[in-house]
This record gives sequence, structure tokens and C-alpha cells, in this order.
Amino acid sequence: MTRFLKSREALLLAAILVLLALIALRFPGFVSPANLANVFNDTSILIILALGQMMVILTRCIDLSMAANLALCGMVVAMINAVIPEIPIPLLVALGIVIGTALGAVNGLLVWKLDIPPIVVTLGTLTIYRGIIFVISGGEWVNAHQMSPAFKALPRMVLLGLPLLSWIAVVMMGVMALFITRTPLGRAFYAAGGNPTAAIYTGIDVGRTRFAAFTLAGALAGLSGYLWVSRYAVAYVDIAGGFELDIIAACVIGGISIMGGIGSVTGTVLGALFFGIVKNALPVINISPFWQLAISGGAIILAVGFNAQAERRKGRLILRRAEA
Amino acid sequence: MLQHARHGPVEKSPARAHEPVLALSGVSKSFPGVRALSKVSLELYPGEVTALVGENGAGKSTLVKILTGIYQPDEGTIFLGGKEVSFSSAYDAHRAGITAIHQETVLFDELSVAENIFLGHAPRGRFGLIDRKRMVAEAAAVLKRIGADIDPQARLRDLGIASKHLVAIARAFSIEAGIVIMDEPTAALSQKEIEELFALIGRLKADGKAILFISHKFDEVFRIADRYAVFRDGESVGAGLISETDHDALVRLMVGRPVDQIFPKKKVEIGEPVLTVSGYCHPTEFEDISFELRRGEILGFYGLVGSGRSELMQALFGVTKPSKGAVKIDGKVAIIRSPEQAIRYGMVYVPEERGRQGAIAGLPIFQNITLPALKRTSRYGFLRLAEEFRLARQYAERLDLRAASLDRDVGTLSGGNQQKVVIAKWLATIPRVIILDEPTKGIDIGSKAAVHEFMSELVAQGLSIIMVSSEIPEILGMSDRIIVMREGRIAAEFAREEADAEKLVRTAAGIGGAA
Repeated sequence: MTRFLKSREALLLAAILVLLALIALRFPGFVSPANLANVFNDTSILIILALGQMMVILTRCIDLSMAANLALCGMVVAMINAVIPEIPIPLLVALGIVIGTALGAVNGLLVWKLDIPPIVVTLGTLTIYRGIIFVISGGEWVNAHQMSPAFKALPRMVLLGLPLLSWIAVVMMGVMALFITRTPLGRAFYAAGGNPTAAIYTGIDVGRTRFAAFTLAGALAGLSGYLWVSRYAVAYVDIAGGFELDIIAACVIGGISIMGGIGSVTGTVLGALFFGIVKNALPVINISPFWQLAISGGAIILAVGFNAQAERRKGRLILRRAEA
Repeated sequence: MLQHARHGPVEKSPARAHEPVLALSGVSKSFPGVRALSKVSLELYPGEVTALVGENGAGKSTLVKILTGIYQPDEGTIFLGGKEVSFSSAYDAHRAGITAIHQETVLFDELSVAENIFLGHAPRGRFGLIDRKRMVAEAAAVLKRIGADIDPQARLRDLGIASKHLVAIARAFSIEAGIVIMDEPTAALSQKEIEELFALIGRLKADGKAILFISHKFDEVFRIADRYAVFRDGESVGAGLISETDHDALVRLMVGRPVDQIFPKKKVEIGEPVLTVSGYCHPTEFEDISFELRRGEILGFYGLVGSGRSELMQALFGVTKPSKGAVKIDGKVAIIRSPEQAIRYGMVYVPEERGRQGAIAGLPIFQNITLPALKRTSRYGFLRLAEEFRLARQYAERLDLRAASLDRDVGTLSGGNQQKVVIAKWLATIPRVIILDEPTKGIDIGSKAAVHEFMSELVAQGLSIIMVSSEIPEILGMSDRIIVMREGRIAAEFAREEADAEKLVRTAAGIGGAA
């Protein structure tokens, strides 16, 4: 317990509570349970994607293509639904996940087999995936009226007071926490990012581990693809444009070290929530959208600066111990 | 301590009664929880080499960091040329003419030799732009002055480690540094390169530079130094002229008690062959390697740096690919293409560079230990943390690992304890063959003895060990058999009884008359 209180996660939680308290001063309605549930629901997709990005960053990689992957999967399922509305929704969701997984695997393979830096690989695939959306859609939109009611209803279905979208995020949080702390592959993510050379010498195939991280992140992007187009009831080339940066920001704010090997599900979720609250609260307390961007950016730099500080302190500790 | 045949008499400058160019007095430095230096003093004289010796953790590195402006002392004074100075940054120290050559040289791989030498003080031409022509010419001149045959326009990354050291030294010359700190400069050098370095140190002395020479190797200290200073647990415990002391006296100062270096090698029944390597080749690193490792045996691999020993071990462990040859384990052909497979065959490798290849900072100690043995600790594909803890504790106790708690970050441990974590990690896989690459490199005498003790214990339990080492006493003291490699080939093999230091050195260097 004392250790938790000293951890980054606790600090972030405290920051979120302070943030909420400040907002409540000006707009008490914001912290009503119903509104908080709304904010959570609104942040659910970001949480799911950030959990995927977390795995990738843990292995000392980065995936810039997650939002493009999401958009492509979303477009495919939306188009199919528009043309053949009879196809059952769960099948479409599964299809979205399969496509997302495949796209993630492409990233992973390029990083693994061709040994190209992940930032370059995913910058390339980001553009390619967006391009494919344009090719298959011809630049056309899939609008709300073209989607079947069931397609749009699924994430809104209320279960025990929360929409299904929120529940999916909650389930993913649990699954990921279990996966990352209690499976050999999850452990390998930490090892591969923490010290890739040592990981190789320990018998961990770092390339394959990274491939797995990209592939799983792709699966989550695919799932999010369906969730996004059904929630916002529209699909076009540019949906979730720029969202890849929000995803990375959530991870960074959540204390995932961009150098790999350090991070937790709790941190990631809190990071996403922090980001979500800022985004939702600013319009409520009447701050111009331009300021919103600046404040979001400021939060990122603050978090990174804080992280760097923490890591530097740790570095000194190692130095000192090595000498002592 | 062995006296090696290669050491001829060396001229030492007479003890002149002159003023020190650099003098530290009462310098202390503390870090949270640790007092790294406690009122130490040190004097460096122009034209002389002062050897700084001490066990790991004696405060040598901290001192170097203070002298080079990276750390600021908590108290005490530094006099440079008689004037009190304080360095608030590395830049200050650099400008004051203090330069350091580290174990791992801090240079820029992607820049040319000339650019490395003149980085920050390049000759300027018109409009304040760098005058490349002059820079290259001056670099060539400096390199020539130190007797280094290096193309100033070569890219640094294409040079070997010894040449990189020379570039660092050339840099020291180019900034007219009066004080040169050499922190374990010979650690990564071959014998021939060490000779060249020593010749260069002679030239630096003649040039009137004051040199601080930090080394674990006593033979080097006695060969090259004029003066010594001994640190122990962050305090200065002695200083004086090398000509007025000897090995034993220095060791006593270092450890505070007399130490006789006895190796805890026990007689172990040597059994059937466990590992058989035949006709093993690599496209660039080694050729036609054949040997056998038997149960309960410690097989030593001696050779100069670059003779292909580590490369051979890395290939055996599946990190790199051999081009030809067969490996048999227990008489059965073993195909090892990755470390994972090697571990499955019961063969593990404790690499030379612990920091880079061993411990994974960020993961807690217990997870570092169980990392290669996760199959043992998981059930139905899920890890059992309690089981991991149990396993880790078992090995931690066996290795006398000192840690506040096993769920602390491994990065919080000292070097010696990190080495124990890396060894524990391999034991957790229940190996049959352990390859140890320079197992005691850079660790203090106490930890060395512990590692040797442990090796004896392991072979007594029926394991087999391959030990790559460049330390002759260690090789002679611990091995049942010794293979000497030279230029990627096996040059000779000696039984324990027939090996001696001279034979090993001559064989490794390819000097006639041995084997």
C-alpha cells in the first residue's frame, strides 16, 4: 500500500482528482456520477487503443499507424454493413479485429524481419492504410442512414447502467492487466524493451516479441475501428485523423517509458482518463478549442518532463550503486 | 600475483621535488545514503604517472567524475597549478586542461577522426566556419606526434577500440591538456595495443603531462607508474612512490588485510564428454574449432582480445550463426540456432558485458532471475508470482545475494550483486554447461573469490564450465584444461599441470618457442 502511494500511478490519480476538484469549482455538474460515466464512455476507445500502444512502447517500439488501422477497419465494416446489412454485427466486429490484426502483423513483420525502425515502418503504413481507405471508398462517406440500426446500437446498449462501449474498455483493462503481468509473453515485452541485448541472451526472441506486440495492438485497433464508426455513426477517409498522437500521449502521461520496459495498465488507463477529462472538461468550462490543444500539449510535455526527471534520478541511483 | 615474462625493466622518472600540478585536499562527496568520498587527497605531478588503485567501490570513479567536472564535491578544495579552482561543468574542466580517457571511449562514431579530435575547438576559417583543410592537417600532425598511424579522415566507427583510445589521446593533445586521466584504459586492449599505449604514455610524460592511471592490473601499475595513491571505501589510505612499495604492500593497503590469491579449485571426478564441438567455423570470426568438454570439468579459454573466444561462445549459444561444423551434446547432434534452443539443451552463457547483455533494469530482481525459466514457474500459460518468488529466493540465498527485497528494481543493486543475479538467472534453468565470459572482470577481489568458489561448487555437482578469461592467474588457477586461441583458431591446448603463464602468453601472441 505504501508502495502504491509512492508510485507514479498514485501521483497521476491524485492529479486527476485535483483536476476534477478544480473543474468542480466552476462547474459542479461535471463531477456528477452520470457525467463522469459519460466521460469514461467517451474515453473508452482511447483507453483500448492506449492499451495496445502500451504493449508496443514497452518493447521499445512505437506504432504511429494505430489510428489509420482503426480508420481502415472501421471503413471496411461500415461499407460491408451498408451494402449487406444482414450480416450479423458480431461477425463484423470479428472481421474488424481480423483485419486490424493483419495490419498490425504487417507492421510487426517489417520491424522484425527487415529490421526497419518502428517509427519509419509505422509512418509508412499509416500513409498506406489511409491511402487504402481512399481507394476502397473512393473518398465517399458512409453516413449514419446507410448503417443498419443494429450496427449503431451495439456500443450504446446499456448493461448494468453503463453502455457496452464502457464495458468493453473495462474488460480489456482486466484482460490486459492479466496478460501483461501474468503471462510469459507479457513479461517478454518488458524484457525486450528494458534491455533488448540482455533479452536475446536470456533466450527471448526480441523480434518475435515485438511482432507479437504490434499484432496485438493491431487487433485492438481493429476492434476500435468498429466501435468508432458505430459510435460516431460515420466513416470516411480521415476519421480519427491525428488520434495516433492522442494514443501515444495517453501512454506517455500514464508513465509508459518511451524507452521501453517500464509501464503498467493502471498507468495507461489513468493517462488516458487524464487526457479524456481534459478534453471533455475544457469545452464545459468554456475554454476555446485552440486553448484545448495547447493545454493538451502542455500536459504531454509536463508528463514527459516529469518522466525524464524520474528516470534521470534513477540513472543516478544506478551510477551511485555501481560506484558504491 | 604473477610476474609475467613480458615485462622488461622500465625506466621511471626519478622522484623530483617539484610542485604538484593538481592537488586535491579534503574532498568529500555524498550521495543519498552513501558517502562515496570522504576527505580524500590526491596529487598529480607533471611528467609523472600516478596510479590510483582501489577495489570496486573505493571511490575511484567518483573521483574521476569530480576531476572532470561531472560531479561537484560537497567539500574540499582542488588546486590547479597552485590556484584554487572549481568546475561547475565538464566544459569547465575541459577548458582547464583536464581530459579523461574512459574504459569505453566517449567519442562520436559517425564523425571523422579529425572532427572527433577537434570537436568544440576546431580551427576556424573565414566567416567563423570550420576550416576543414586545416583541421585535417592539424589532426594528422597531432596523430603523428603521438605516433598513431590513423587516417584523420577515417570515420571513427571503422576503427578498433585501441585506435579509438588513440584518437581520445590525440584529442587530449589537441586541447593542450596538462592532465590526462586514464580510467582502465587497457581493459579492452590486446597485449600489443597495451604496449603501444605504454609507449605513448612515455611520450606524454616526456611532454610534461601529469597522468592519472587507474587500473585493476598490478603488473601494469608497477610497470608504468611513478607514484601511487590508494583509496579504500572512499578514503585515501596511502600514497607514495612506486619504487618504495611492492605488490603485497599495495594489496594490503587496498583491502586493509593481507590477501593471498588462492584459487578454491577442488579436485572433481572428470566424467564423459558433455559437449563436443568439431570443425566449427564462422565466416569472419573463427575457423576449424574442435574441442570436447567433459562432465565436471572447467575448460579455460585464453587468448588475446580479438582472438575469437567470445565470438565462438556466442555462436555456440546461438546468438550468431556458424558457417560450418557440428555440435554434439551427450553424443547427440544438437542444432542450436537461437539462445532459446541452447537453453533447452541445457547450455547457458553468462556474457562479458553484464550491463548491456545481462541484467534488465526496470524489471524487479526476482523477475530477472526467473526470466529464462518462466516455463518452470507458469501453469496453464499463466505465471505464478508466488512460485517465481520462491524460485528466485532459493537462488538468491544460494548465491548470497544481498538485496533489501527481491521485488526491487535490479538496477538498484551493486555490480557484484547484479552479476549474482545474472548467474542466478542461469542456474534457474538447471543448466548442464555454463559458459562464463570473463566472469570476474571489473569486480572486486572479495566478489572474485566468491565467484571462483561458486564455480568449484557447480562442477562438484556435475556441471561443466567453459571459462573465457584474459586473467592469467584465474585461467591457471581455475581450469582443468586450457585452450589458447589465436586469430580465430585453437593455437594449443594444455593440461592443468603443464600450463604456465609464459607458455600461455607466448602461444596467444604467436611467439615461437612455446607449444
